Amino acid sequence: MTTTCCERCERDTLIDDMPEARQALETYLDGLPLTDKPERNQGFLIQSLHKAQALFGYLPESVQLFVANKLGIHLSQVYGVISFYSFFTDSPLGDFRINVCTGTACFVKGAGKILEEFVRLLGIEEGETSGDLRFSLGGLRCVGACSLAPVVMVNERVYGNVTAEMVPEILNDCE
Amino acid sequence: MPTPLHSEAREEERERQAGFACRVFCCAGTACLSAEGEAVWESLIDARATHGLKDKVDLVRTGCMGLCSKGPLVRVEMADVAPCLYGPVSAMFARLIMTEHVAPALARGDEFIRPEFLASQALPSDLAFFAQQKRVVLSRIDRADPERITDALAHGAYVALAGALEKQPQALIDELQASGLRGRGGGGYPTGQKWANAAGTEADRRFVICNGDEGDPGAYVDRSILEGDPHAVLEGMLLSGYAVGASHGYVYVRAEYELAVRRVRCAIEQAREQGLLGDAVMGSDFAFDCKVFTAAGAFVCGEETALIASIEGQRGTPRPRPPYPSECGLWGCPTVISNVETLANVPRIIEQSAAWFRSIGTADSPGTKVFSMAGRARLAGLVEVPMGTKLSTVVDSLGGGTKTGRPVRAVQIGGLSGGLVPAEQLDTTLSYEAMSELGSIVGSGGMIVLDDNDDLLDLARFFLQYAVEESCGRCAACRIGTHQLLNLATKIREEGATDDDLVLAERLSETMQATSLCGLGKAAPRTLMSFLRNWSDLVPRKETSTGGDA
Repeated sequence: MTTTCCERCERDTLIDDMPEARQALETYLDGLPLTDKPERNQGFLIQSLHKAQALFGYLPESVQLFVANKLGIHLSQVYGVISFYSFFTDSPLGDFRINVCTGTACFVKGAGKILEEFVRLLGIEEGETSGDLRFSLGGLRCVGACSLAPVVMVNERVYGNVTAEMVPEILNDCE
Repeated sequence: MPTPLHSEAREEERERQAGFACRVFCCAGTACLSAEGEAVWESLIDARATHGLKDKVDLVRTGCMGLCSKGPLVRVEMADVAPCLYGPVSAMFARLIMTEHVAPALARGDEFIRPEFLASQALPSDLAFFAQQKRVVLSRIDRADPERITDALAHGAYVALAGALEKQPQALIDELQASGLRGRGGGGYPTGQKWANAAGTEADRRFVICNGDEGDPGAYVDRSILEGDPHAVLEGMLLSGYAVGASHGYVYVRAEYELAVRRVRCAIEQAREQGLLGDAVMGSDFAFDCKVFTAAGAFVCGEETALIASIEGQRGTPRPRPPYPSECGLWGCPTVISNVETLANVPRIIEQSAAWFRSIGTADSPGTKVFSMAGRARLAGLVEVPMGTKLSTVVDSLGGGTKTGRPVRAVQIGGLSGGLVPAEQLDTTLSYEAMSELGSIVGSGGMIVLDDNDDLLDLARFFLQYAVEESCGRCAACRIGTHQLLNLATKIREEGATDDDLVLAERLSETMQATSLCGLGKAAPRTLMSFLRNWSDLVPRKETSTGGDA
């Protein structure tokens, strides 16, 4: 759902659509030892965003603004941080987040082919989410399970020694 | 110096183990857990209950045992018998270990003979992979439960701290400077010097940071240490804090390392309960506390000034140095920032002396180094060898050559910041001085073995692509340079190189190395350049028209 404040801008309402998450985030932020010095409060920004993303799943503008107001910093500073770090996302991810490891060992052992196979079967590119919000496909920074290369992670589950032939099976496991 | 705390912990462990005739250790490192290690663990618990051996058999989860390619690993130890290491162990096989090895061995004692099918799954006890290692940092990792502080204490954790608190901080600084310990994260800067600088800078507050932002693809040394022996790292931070007069520490860990984050948090909590962290560390007037900072995914944050910006809640972009963090770091205060492996070395040095540390390794690079070997290596995993060991020893003896049986073409070492070492130069020793002569670095410990089927130019492109994505964009040399080099590498791979292309590559890489703000930009060209320089016969060349007006 979106609301508009003028004809040029459109803002999501996720922060109000999920009252329980909003309440939990508010409690968390109010529990921080914040001061009236924004530059000191900014030290709590990254951990607050971790918390917010865990609660909401992603960080759209309404959530960013909520955090910014609580910490007394600008929305642009919050957005600057979100856009810099790969862990934070401002668009929703799928139920099954498929990540192909892009570390060296996995690359050497053919992670590229596996990624291509996922692209072919899911019909989405790397970094995209399917329209029904079931699957997100992405690259994963080295998880350090290099002895199992190539590695694919689906949410928390790790698949090791993956071949392109195993890709349909992995998708079948996503139930 | 052992304290009442240690005697109590030893007593507690002794009591806990009193009735056990057998101890079964199960690796709980990320690699083994990812290979269904959780099911193996549950299966062991289940089988122990089935045989009614709960009071006879101790089950221990440890940190990484090292031989990750044979994971999940399970080790059986009984009195008077050599330990037996099994791998790879499935959930089903774990049950068999309990049914066919542990239970009958306990029942029959000396008359027990291990069935053939079990022996075939056991790893030889004299495996060079283990025999040729020198374990200093990893001495506890495969023995103690990282989630039980009494186990760590019984194995000697915090003994160095107890001794240090009796001394003057300056004595610790002198000892560490004498040891010649150099940063294990890649830079190789003397740690004792950092301490001296931080202690010598006037300030009200000082900080200690553990850099666990191990971003180099292919390196998992720091992750394994944080997961397997978090107390060694905490003790290193406490010692750093005491030496320089800091009372706060941050453990900066990558968000991807969930297990490491969990284990470090658990270790901090248990250390607080034991009075090892807090207002009066071990009853002294030294106050020190630590917290975990979960990073958010940016390779450049491994660079110390970027990491500090990140803790301050900013975009993780580096700033020019000097001033160095030891003079002006977190919130403008003197900050000692050290890599995980470096910190894990500190308690060993303080406990055993600088002279002992110098007896290992080479004159300019004392001590050991942990490497994570992967790629085509037959045996992949975590190895710790003295500095000065030949690269060929690690790859051929410990790693057992390539799994494919094909000849080694190169070893990629030091991740993004390192380079390719050609097979002909594998006799080079692993030390700061020898590696820098080769134009590579010892680096954070990633070691990828490549055989003659591997496309090195494609690998170089892969690293450049990574650098393009991870460049923070602050300085032009790196932001533009990485893009241009990637384009050039792609062009060379697709169309072949002209002489001009090779000259351009050299010039670009020189400029980037000379003018980039931080290590990322300086190092990004290394793999491509070591390929172009060492494998000129493999560089595809563009057919140029001959004769005419050239």
